[in-house]
Amino acid sequence: MSTRLEKPIFEYSVPGRGAEDQWPRDPGPAASDDLPAASRRSGRPLLPEVSELETVRHFTRLSQLNFSIDTHFYPLGSCTMKYNPKACNSLAMLPEFLARHPLAPESSGQGFLACMYELQEMLKAVTGMQAVALSPMAGAQGEFAGVAMIRAYHRARGDLERNEIIVPEAAHGTNPATATMCGCVVREVPVNAAGDVDLEALKAAVGPKTAGIMLTNPSTLGVFERRIEAVARTVHEAGGLLYYDGANLNAILGKVRPGDMGFDVIHVNLHKTFSTPHGGGGPGAGPVGVSARLAPFLPVPLLARRGERYGWLTERDLPQSIGRLSGFMGNAGVLLRAYVYMRMLGREGMAKVSEYATLNANYLLAQLKRAGFDAAYPDRRASHELIVTLKRQAKELGVTAMDFAKRLLDHGMHAPTTYFPLLVPECLLIEPTETESKAALDAFVAAMAEILAEAAKEPERVTSAPHTMPVRRLDDVRAAKQLDLTWKPPAAHAIPTTS
Amino acid sequence: MSNVPSDLKYTKTHEWLRTLPDGTVEVGITDHAQHALGDLVFVEVPETGRKLAAGEPFAVVESVKAASDVYSPIAGEVTAGNPGLASQPEAINSDAYGKGWLMRLRPGAGGAGGEFLTAAQYEKLIAEEGG
Repeated sequence: MSTRLEKPIFEYSVPGRGAEDQWPRDPGPAASDDLPAASRRSGRPLLPEVSELETVRHFTRLSQLNFSIDTHFYPLGSCTMKYNPKACNSLAMLPEFLARHPLAPESSGQGFLACMYELQEMLKAVTGMQAVALSPMAGAQGEFAGVAMIRAYHRARGDLERNEIIVPEAAHGTNPATATMCGCVVREVPVNAAGDVDLEALKAAVGPKTAGIMLTNPSTLGVFERRIEAVARTVHEAGGLLYYDGANLNAILGKVRPGDMGFDVIHVNLHKTFSTPHGGGGPGAGPVGVSARLAPFLPVPLLARRGERYGWLTERDLPQSIGRLSGFMGNAGVLLRAYVYMRMLGREGMAKVSEYATLNANYLLAQLKRAGFDAAYPDRRASHELIVTLKRQAKELGVTAMDFAKRLLDHGMHAPTTYFPLLVPECLLIEPTETESKAALDAFVAAMAEILAEAAKEPERVTSAPHTMPVRRLDDVRAAKQLDLTWKPPAAHAIPTTS
Repeated sequence: MSNVPSDLKYTKTHEWLRTLPDGTVEVGITDHAQHALGDLVFVEVPETGRKLAAGEPFAVVESVKAASDVYSPIAGEVTAGNPGLASQPEAINSDAYGKGWLMRLRPGAGGAGGEFLTAAQYEKLIAEEGG
């Protein structure tokens, strides 16, 4: 990894410089010729004028500043940053997939449609749900679809009063946001000291206004919700439905199925569990799975098999559908990557994912405890992720979770999630994932132990970290309040005009 | 060590209450709460005239670590939200019990009573939480 900051490409710009051999030979008529004069710009856009080699070097150097799973240990809890096998990418990029037009007739795309149908079926099998729709374009849209279906279900029964979504306080922040977005009112229920949902509080919170509950299991506290059946019974008996946030599916893959736990709807973050691109804002995919009673409300289109042929189901087949969430059928390229990944793993491989993910997390937990760290839930086994709290170190040494996170960067490791879940003070939420070796885990424990020793001897070395990164400790407050991401030309730089 | 003025009342959810001479009640978050949140970057205060139930979220405080709801300790009608916090949310960090107040409200039928903590009880609570 490079440690030198790269300047903006505009600052390499020299008027008149370019890469002419990269330009189109015959640009044809200008696209703007068809636009009314009022809609055309009067000046030329201010673009960097650089040579091909300068451009290549600039972007290569930028890419060398990346901290990524391909280069570094990346234990970002709650977000499952695992390695995506390159085969998933290369197979999804086969020219026959890439060149397929979304409006091509079903008859000419049977191979592609078969892949999508099988993906639907595999997601059904692995989640234990009765039906799956692939079209939501991201986890957030999957959540939206899920709660929209819960609302549509109650409305279809003429039960118009149910507008409350219950969210345990350990839930993902997106859950209350989704419920609010869908016009529901959020009711929070606490979790007890062992990390389980407070059943008595849940019983008091449910009633004739309960539309449903949103939770993830294992929870964001890194522990399995042990009384999930009682939670499901309580909510169902009150007339509400259960929503499963697929964020933590990696922990239970091939072992336990949300459908068997009593959930009515799930969204699956393909980027967390099934090897699709993660971070950078997409493209994403968040398929939804449902129990039988929600199946009529699934977003369209769905894939169906009729004999040996594959084809789409639309509004005509599902008149109660919540509708369409995207053009065509979602992010085909992303879905293909998940399909390849699942086919490579097979049924046995699925179970191995969660076995190694939980083994790695519990190994880390045990080793970190031996190294002198406090587990947030010392009596519980970790799921695929674990929480250590640095409350004691913050008090005794004046070194916080954020300081540990920053110092880890100097050790060549991406920081774990910090200060989430909010319930645990000074916490690090650590998720090693199944793809890390014992050597990588040991190196992480060694780095943490070294920082702990340093915090006792030379705390300012930790509180002023990082020391080896291209940028040092950033001013988070100013970045949040005065965000400025736009390069502005120096005052002397005249913007050329065409007129 | 957190600052806990003895003339205020407190809640388990880290709000403070001060009864003003005109009978309205001023509400904010405690010094302990601002310390746990870290540097605040955004605060949303309620509009004047909004009617609140006891326990209802009335404000959002967002720091570099987290965004949190603040709950109204009593029922009543908002007479003012602190206008200064939009441009200076850091007033809560520097002066939680003064310039950092969040809202003033006129108590509803239930009055300004309720199960609140004294300064000594609140100090005990945050000591138990490891503050």
